[in-house]
Amino acid sequence: MCLAIPGKIVELVDGQSEVGVVEVAGVRRKVQLGLLSEDMPIKGDWVLIHVGFALSKISEFDADEQMRLLSMLGEIDQAMEEVRGYGADVLGRESSDNHESRSRPN
Amino acid sequence: MRYIDEFRDPELIARASEEIDRLSDRSRHYRIMEVCGGHTHAIYRFGLKDILPENIELIHGPGCPVCVLPMGRIDDGLAIAREPNRIFTAFGDMMRVPGATGSPLEHKARGTDVRIVYSPADALEIAKRNPDKEVMFFAIGFETTAPSTALTLMSAKKQGIQNFSVFCNHVTIVPAIRAILDSPDMRLDGFIGPGHVSTVIGCRPYEWIARNEGKPVVTSGFEPLDLLQSIVMLLRQLQAGEAKVENQYKRVVPWEGNCAALKVMAEVFELRPYFEWRGLGFISQSALRIRDTYAPWDAERRYSVPETRVADPKSAQCGEVLKGVLKPAQCKLFGEECTPEHPIGALMVSSEGSCAAFYNYEHRKSLVTTISAVA
Repeated sequence: MCLAIPGKIVELVDGQSEVGVVEVAGVRRKVQLGLLSEDMPIKGDWVLIHVGFALSKISEFDADEQMRLLSMLGEIDQAMEEVRGYGADVLGRESSDNHESRSRPN
Repeated sequence: MRYIDEFRDPELIARASEEIDRLSDRSRHYRIMEVCGGHTHAIYRFGLKDILPENIELIHGPGCPVCVLPMGRIDDGLAIAREPNRIFTAFGDMMRVPGATGSPLEHKARGTDVRIVYSPADALEIAKRNPDKEVMFFAIGFETTAPSTALTLMSAKKQGIQNFSVFCNHVTIVPAIRAILDSPDMRLDGFIGPGHVSTVIGCRPYEWIARNEGKPVVTSGFEPLDLLQSIVMLLRQLQAGEAKVENQYKRVVPWEGNCAALKVMAEVFELRPYFEWRGLGFISQSALRIRDTYAPWDAERRYSVPETRVADPKSAQCGEVLKGVLKPAQCKLFGEECTPEHPIGALMVSSEGSCAAFYNYEHRKSLVTTISAVA
């Protein structure tokens, strides 16, 4: 819950002004961008994500450093589990079809 | 030796630790509180206390939201969820936390529909996909997570989703710091301010600590070097006889915080007159509740809440540890009856709790030898 996960905005979702797709270590998921409404990120920006919401914009360098920090803290697996979990389990035991298909890496 | 390679720059670490040595007055004992549970975890993980001179003591603060949640709130949330056609959603951190009637996972085993979500937005999504069920999100956290809950509630209202509610346990960090400073048996020289909470609230809310209490505050990042630099900044202030708020974590924390996040919190939440903190007792104006304008989405108004009160066992000395009066291992239950597998007290339930961090890392190889081997 207290993890801050760095991700790159790779897509802004059409018709949903406050939703973007981020990529974290090759995994793509939808995140909420509404908490950055006063300084909306664009495609290519890096953000720190808390509980599925982008909370601050950061530089690419700091995003790399944050990934390293998570690894040093032994939290990288937990962070990736969280990222993979965004939008999953919405239908109970089955994973969410909609989000999964949209968020498959290239 | 394993950890030294992971440091970004061992030379900078060595230099910061020399600077700390130089700045600290040998005749003085410094007590510095790191407020945030994430910092506590990092300090133990990196063995920082072994790098610091003996007269600099780090006191672990109240900033672990899972730890400070009173047990009765878990029982209340689960009592609501036990009724037919309801779904209980919460972050994974909550799942193993015991209430008097068991943890959410144990309730799941008994038939309650309990689901882990990684985001409050997903709890709302579950509600949209299960229109015949009532979905409750068990919200916990400081100002880092409260804006996300707020935005989710705004979204539920905007979309007119009636089968969704929030059981709100959000707390605010500043009143807890005030309660600790007011505690008569507490003596602190300064604070390492929280990193991610400050991303939202900025640095201004700490100014009274410097102004009224005469204690320096430095908001800090989570890298070993960040934490050591923050201690250097605190010692510089203490040596100069100053007390001000400084921001070591400028790359992430804006001085004014995140205005959009503060606005959504103000739209949805108001302060509770008082709220109980596990280990610290009742603290006035220290938690958030949902405003009248969002009453239909407030689980506490929508359902009847048993208001369970569960006292921690008298033998557990969580309050003293939480206030820094006792070290984790000085508690009578530490490591014997109370362990991360079978937590009895608040601070053992989450990896960010100081007892769990101490338990998990106590036997880690000290970095002193590693650093001196490099230097």
